[in-house]
Amino acid sequence: MLSALTLLLLLQLIGEIFVQFFALPVPGPVIGLLLLFSALLMRGRLGDELRNTANSLLQHLSLLFVPAGAGVMIHASRVADEWLALSVALVGSTLLSMAATALTLKFFLRQRSAPTGQNGEQP
Amino acid sequence: MNVVPKLSEIWVYLAATPLLGLTLTLLAYQLAFVIYQRSGGNPLANPVAISVAIVVSALTLTGTPYRTYFEGAQFVHFLLGPATVALAIPLFTQLARLKRMLLPLLGALLVGSLTACISAVAIGWALGASNESIRSLAPKSVTTPIAMGVAEKIGGLPSLTAVLVVTTGILGAVAARYLLDALRIRDHAVRGFAVGVSAHGIGTARAFQVSEEAGAFAALAMCLNGIVTALLLPLLFNAFGS
Repeated sequence: MLSALTLLLLLQLIGEIFVQFFALPVPGPVIGLLLLFSALLMRGRLGDELRNTANSLLQHLSLLFVPAGAGVMIHASRVADEWLALSVALVGSTLLSMAATALTLKFFLRQRSAPTGQNGEQP
Repeated sequence: MNVVPKLSEIWVYLAATPLLGLTLTLLAYQLAFVIYQRSGGNPLANPVAISVAIVVSALTLTGTPYRTYFEGAQFVHFLLGPATVALAIPLFTQLARLKRMLLPLLGALLVGSLTACISAVAIGWALGASNESIRSLAPKSVTTPIAMGVAEKIGGLPSLTAVLVVTTGILGAVAARYLLDALRIRDHAVRGFAVGVSAHGIGTARAFQVSEEAGAFAALAMCLNGIVTALLLPLLFNAFGS
């Protein structure tokens, strides 16, 4: 638990340093993610400790969003002014992107499993 | 004898420590999770939405500013960073399936990711949202630390983006069952992937509660969408300016 958590924090730290040093447009934790993924690929296997720590972090992922969500308090006036645009944009784009992703993936998978794949429309 | 002044002294002391904000967050979440379970896992009883409602009500009733609350809650919020790094683990464990389905997944990811950004920006613009709000809307489909980082890079308000991200996640987690049923998507891999692209971690948490397969694909989608959005969105905003 402790060493796995240290590893995650260390990779996040290295990610942040990378981002600052090279002025990358990507947040530090994403670089940390890519570093850990590359390290796992090179090593070819995943230790139990890292797996368990990651699972317990990710299991309660939705808890981690609560403090940020409560931040709606400080944007109350903006939300009151622009509630229509913001809510339609959120509902509309969430439904559209979910439908677009699902239908595209279903389409590509069906294309692939079709025995006569003559129309090569895959990306 | 003077119990009331003593209580208020205790309150003054406690309100100044991070303990209260941290405990409130955890208590609210536990309560919300019990309600969610009692409802039989009904998507409408989303635990994040209920927790946020409890926290905001408690802060409003006690007249506590968000900043004071966040001094405690930041310890929970901070864990989003290592949790993002930890997403490498589901990505790695799904490696075999990822390789097998790589092209279809990447195609669907690009379509879904661009649809989310472009439609949010377009609808916000058409309905007269302010420039700052539009820039804060663009990265709202990816997990909070990534979205806040991207918002900062493209001139949005990171704290507003965080709220939009959480709202998006709740909407996606609530709507997924109804929308995907209506579209007759039955494959749990496809359902999970669609939820992960459009509703990041909150959608993924919901998908894991439905099935392991849906959850794994949602985690994969959230990861990939986070990376793609973090890489593409700043470039898009640089290219098209305002």
